[in-house]
Amino acid sequence: MFAYIVRRVVSGIILIIVMSLVTFLLFFASPIDPARFACGKNCSPALQEQTRKALGYDDPVFVQWGDFLKGVVQGRDYPSDPALRKTAPATIAHCPAPCLGYSKLSNDTVLNLVKNAFPVSLSLAIVAFIIWISGGIAFGVIAALKKGTIIDRGIVGISLVFFAFPTFFVGLFLYQFIAIQWQIVPIPNYVSIADGGFFTWLVGLLLPGLTLALFYMAGYVRMTRAFVLESMGEDYLRTANAKGLAPRKVLVKHSMRAALTPLVTMAGLDLASLVGGAIITETVFNYNGLGKLAVTAARNLDLPLTVGIVLLLATFVIMANIIVDVLYAFIDPRVRVG
Amino acid sequence: MTSHDTTASPATSAPVPRPSSSDALLSVRELAVHFPTSDGVVKAVDGLSFDVHRGKTLGIVGESGSGKSVSSAAILGLHNPARTRISGEIYLNGVDLLTLSSEQMRKRRGREVAMIFQDPLSAMHPYYTVGNQIIEAYRVHNDVSKKAARERAIEMLDRVGIPQPDRRIDDYPHQFSGGMRQRAMIAMGLINDPSMLIADEPTTALDVTVQAQILDLLQDLQREFNSAVIIITHDLGVVAEMADDVLVMYAGRAVEYGPCKEILTHPEMPYTWGLLSSVPDVKGDTSARLVPIPGNPPSLLNPPPGCTFHPRCVHKDKVPGDLCWTVEPRLEPGQRGPGHTKRCHLTNPDDIYATEVLPEVAPGLVEES
Ligand SMILES: Nc1ncnc2c1ncn2[C@@H]1O[C@H](COP(=O)(O)OP(=O)(O)OP(=O)(O)O)[C@@H](O)[C@H]1O
Ligand SMILES: [Mg+2]
Repeated sequence: MFAYIVRRVVSGIILIIVMSLVTFLLFFASPIDPARFACGKNCSPALQEQTRKALGYDDPVFVQWGDFLKGVVQGRDYPSDPALRKTAPATIAHCPAPCLGYSKLSNDTVLNLVKNAFPVSLSLAIVAFIIWISGGIAFGVIAALKKGTIIDRGIVGISLVFFAFPTFFVGLFLYQFIAIQWQIVPIPNYVSIADGGFFTWLVGLLLPGLTLALFYMAGYVRMTRAFVLESMGEDYLRTANAKGLAPRKVLVKHSMRAALTPLVTMAGLDLASLVGGAIITETVFNYNGLGKLAVTAARNLDLPLTVGIVLLLATFVIMANIIVDVLYAFIDPRVRVG
Repeated sequence: MTSHDTTASPATSAPVPRPSSSDALLSVRELAVHFPTSDGVVKAVDGLSFDVHRGKTLGIVGESGSGKSVSSAAILGLHNPARTRISGEIYLNGVDLLTLSSEQMRKRRGREVAMIFQDPLSAMHPYYTVGNQIIEAYRVHNDVSKKAARERAIEMLDRVGIPQPDRRIDDYPHQFSGGMRQRAMIAMGLINDPSMLIADEPTTALDVTVQAQILDLLQDLQREFNSAVIIITHDLGVVAEMADDVLVMYAGRAVEYGPCKEILTHPEMPYTWGLLSSVPDVKGDTSARLVPIPGNPPSLLNPPPGCTFHPRCVHKDKVPGDLCWTVEPRLEPGQRGPGHTKRCHLTNPDDIYATEVLPEVAPGLVEES
């Protein structure tokens, strides 16, 4: 088992490195001149040339990629010029390891920008995840148990509605009515646990969390329903019934246990992609998470920041895959190998 | 007696022909299991009656879809009441199971009547250890500690011939071989010492050498526990070896019923003849022709009028008039006395069997028993 995890982590790291190369190739093959945008609007050709040199954009892509990887391990200076360091250290921006790049537009390292936005997205993802998993499984099981009845159709129908409605609509609706009109909760606002305590943190996340959860929940209701129904047709469920087990025990221990395995896989991957930022929800509720940061970066053609965020997201997904696979081995004994 | 559906034939409302012995452990009377579907009512079982005594084995044979599993599921009360219409009587230890509440029935399931299924791999939960599942079966009906139940489970695994049961008990089903899984299923079925055991094709999924071992084990355990056994099978060889009585089912009905030896040596119903003729020669004599029954089983939504077997029967022209097409025969004693009943209009089945069918039947089936 341990060897398996090590193997997976190593192959995950290799995958991330390959991903970073692909990202570099893609972004720097684009017709955009990164130096022009990094330099700003009123920028003379000479200044542009200087910026290009300082940020290393005059090097071939592979050299840039190598510099980037080296920066992740060692940190780097922009511009990397030992002579300049002696004469005018103030003009050098230092990016300590692990350096994911430097955004000239924000005059900050990518890592710092991401560090500020990440807790917002993570909090949002966690709150949404808890709502959608508990709601999705509960309603899914109820629908499966009441299959074919009006309750089943109601649950499936309503979840379909939430699935079909655009997130920004649901988000604006909740914002407008629950927060502003009826004032059931205060205006949503992100306050970290360190600043405001757990309760304030949670209340601030309720509406955006619910917005996201409603969208995901729809899928989980339908999946849970399908998996539970599927397990109910299995032979081992007939065995459980033939033993004389109480119906509730048959449902929880035998049927839901079987449905759990595929759900864990889906949930892990969904959570990972959500941790990387929920673009629409963060924009609607004006939360400065990774999603909004990514949009801003893309809009300003801030290439280093965009590259950094893309790589971060890829890392999340790869990590989630590893975690889910390891979890799977714990959940399904048939996968458990040496 | 319970009222039947509108389609009740004369045969299903006839009195039970076999002398009903009150000492039978299990007495099934006029059992009907119907499934209302969007296409119509599937009459999976109709007018089924039989007895099983303590220490005895009833073999139920019939083609796929003849209602064998549906009948046994009805005895265990495993059908979904919302989607199934069941009528008739099922007496177990003198109690009509069909009159019990679902909770009362649940308390009997696994304790008084247990079941072993065809494919032990799919019949066990893949995510729980064999031991967990056996212990669970014991603790549903016995208020004992986990430790005591575990000891009992190890004891049972040992009894059914699992080597190193104290270690193998913590294995998962996929770590067992097919034969061992079926042994574990048997241990699970017998752990509460049920008086009635139903084995639904317990050896079909196993290879031949393992089949014989499992059958031997079942026989040993039956003697030891003195339980009544129903063994459902396609294999007349299994019937010949195991059964005291035989019930032949066709399209949800009993078409022939009587003592095993009697049925195998003097069958009186053309469907049984067909089954016997389609048994390959056990002694490996390849010159013996394998005669499958021509045609397919009838639709259970719209069973043919008259005898349900007549579309496939090659002897129907020996019956005068159009009786086979219009009147469903009753399950009645034939030429060989009251213990042996059959559902057929032929008046001289014994002669026809001896002259026309017997030459086709592979030898060796009956001598074994
Ligand atoms: N829940 C159900 N709804 C509708 N039809 C059903 C249902 N359960 C079983 N049947 C039908 O009842 C018939 C009898 O099925 P059953 O499983 O008893 O056959 P069997 O004799 O056990 O066959 P096999 O030898 O293949 O196991 C089949 O035609 C089957 O399609
Ligand atoms: Mg069957």
